[in-house]
Amino acid sequence: MGRYTTVTGSLDKFERGQLTIIDDDPKHYCYSNVFEVASKSKPYDKIAVARNLEYVIEAIRAEGTSDWLACNHDEFVVVMDGEVTVSFAEPGDAAPPQGKDGTQRLSGPPKGRKMGRIHLKRGHQALLPKGAAYQFSAARPSVMIQQTILGGLTQQKWAEICTS
Amino acid sequence: MAMPESQAVRRPAKAPEFKVVMSEPDPKTGFRAFELGEFHFLRDEYFVHVSWPTKRGRLEHRISADAFLRALMRDVAWGFFYGWVNFDAMFGSRNLYGRVEFFAGRYHEAYHKAGLSYVEEFDSPFAMATCKAILRDWCNAGFDPFAAPEETGASWAGTKKGENIAAIERTRVATKRMPGLFGDSPLRDDLPVNRAFADVPQDEPVIEVEPGFEGKLHGFNLFKYLSRSDVTWNPSVTSVCRESLFCPTTEEYILPIIHGNDRVEWFVQLTDEIEWEVADKETGRPRARVLMRAGDVASMPADIRHQGFATKRSMLLVWENARMDLPKLYETGQLKPYPVEF
Repeated sequence: MGRYTTVTGSLDKFERGQLTIIDDDPKHYCYSNVFEVASKSKPYDKIAVARNLEYVIEAIRAEGTSDWLACNHDEFVVVMDGEVTVSFAEPGDAAPPQGKDGTQRLSGPPKGRKMGRIHLKRGHQALLPKGAAYQFSAARPSVMIQQTILGGLTQQKWAEICTS
Repeated sequence: MAMPESQAVRRPAKAPEFKVVMSEPDPKTGFRAFELGEFHFLRDEYFVHVSWPTKRGRLEHRISADAFLRALMRDVAWGFFYGWVNFDAMFGSRNLYGRVEFFAGRYHEAYHKAGLSYVEEFDSPFAMATCKAILRDWCNAGFDPFAAPEETGASWAGTKKGENIAAIERTRVATKRMPGLFGDSPLRDDLPVNRAFADVPQDEPVIEVEPGFEGKLHGFNLFKYLSRSDVTWNPSVTSVCRESLFCPTTEEYILPIIHGNDRVEWFVQLTDEIEWEVADKETGRPRARVLMRAGDVASMPADIRHQGFATKRSMLLVWENARMDLPKLYETGQLKPYPVEF
């Protein structure tokens, strides 16, 4: 074993750092922790933990199977804890309407061809390509962050999740 | 063959297109002196001496040569980056995107109030040529300004002893969508794992693609990719959602610059911990300290400067919004300097 130990976090074990204010408003730092947020979330709720105008990073608790989702632009997920499988399919006529940003829930199961699956572990990143339908599944509670655009499924709970 | 960041997108060596003002090598130290407008730069065995004109004559400021070269390396590699690159509390650059300001004392409250500050604006390519010439002359053999001190040692000190051109001819890896996709930036599979990340799992996602969809699905081990970074404090883009850029990086020792924001940026601590000192961008007065551990998320407002400290090499996700109109929107008050109201 080397002389270094890389410290990661998990749903079961995470240790927050500390925001120390000297002369500022703590709210300006929107200081939170993705594991803490996921530990209090329902499966597949998309909780914004970072926002830059229309862009967001969402913390997601993966547990069981999600709805089928899709997006009109590329999105990306990084697994921070656990294991998550992403299934992909052509949405067919269940595709969400064009012109809307952010993740959208399909009106029903995708009608198109199956595209494949990606099995992700901690530290793995996957592309959720524009136009493809996707569904997450996780055998045990896991945590992801998702890079996307603010959409109808994004939940903003800043007062609940941030140090203030 | 994966490219180390030190070799990525390297331009062919060629003579400078701009007339860089420099002296002959000093007979005692072997280093040349340089001028950029009214700024004069001199290096001795331990220090870089920066001087500028004031109403009381020329004022000189001393910076440890290793700190100066690490900061200058980031300024060069990042094309003057977003906003302000403070080498220390006194000296630095401000990116005007096509033009660049160099300043001394302008963002040091006491010096500026005393009328001892100085700012001069340059065409970016000309300033860049001068910065690169300084790096080429002042980095001794064996000194890599992108490496952690434990890795590169103290060869920066003393008189001129050779050079390290390979280490300083770096440019940020350019990713269009995600590393590893066809036609996009490469993964780092052929690079060694850094000593501090020897325990990071190196497995890749399992991708099962149905016939007809080859090349459409993509995933990679981001932590493996970061564990093989050969540089510190040097963000590289790993995913692009329009103007939203994930720019993770590995951090060890001290961020060699104090970064002054011209837009809001965000940090997500992926592993280990970093402590940030946050100060007012204009005055340098302390405003906050943020200790970030794995999973922590924090914004860095548009009106602050910040510097990070990491004892153990850590993985940090820097998240940027690359919209080019943001500096003006924040500077004119059309956008508030913080990201969310609640």
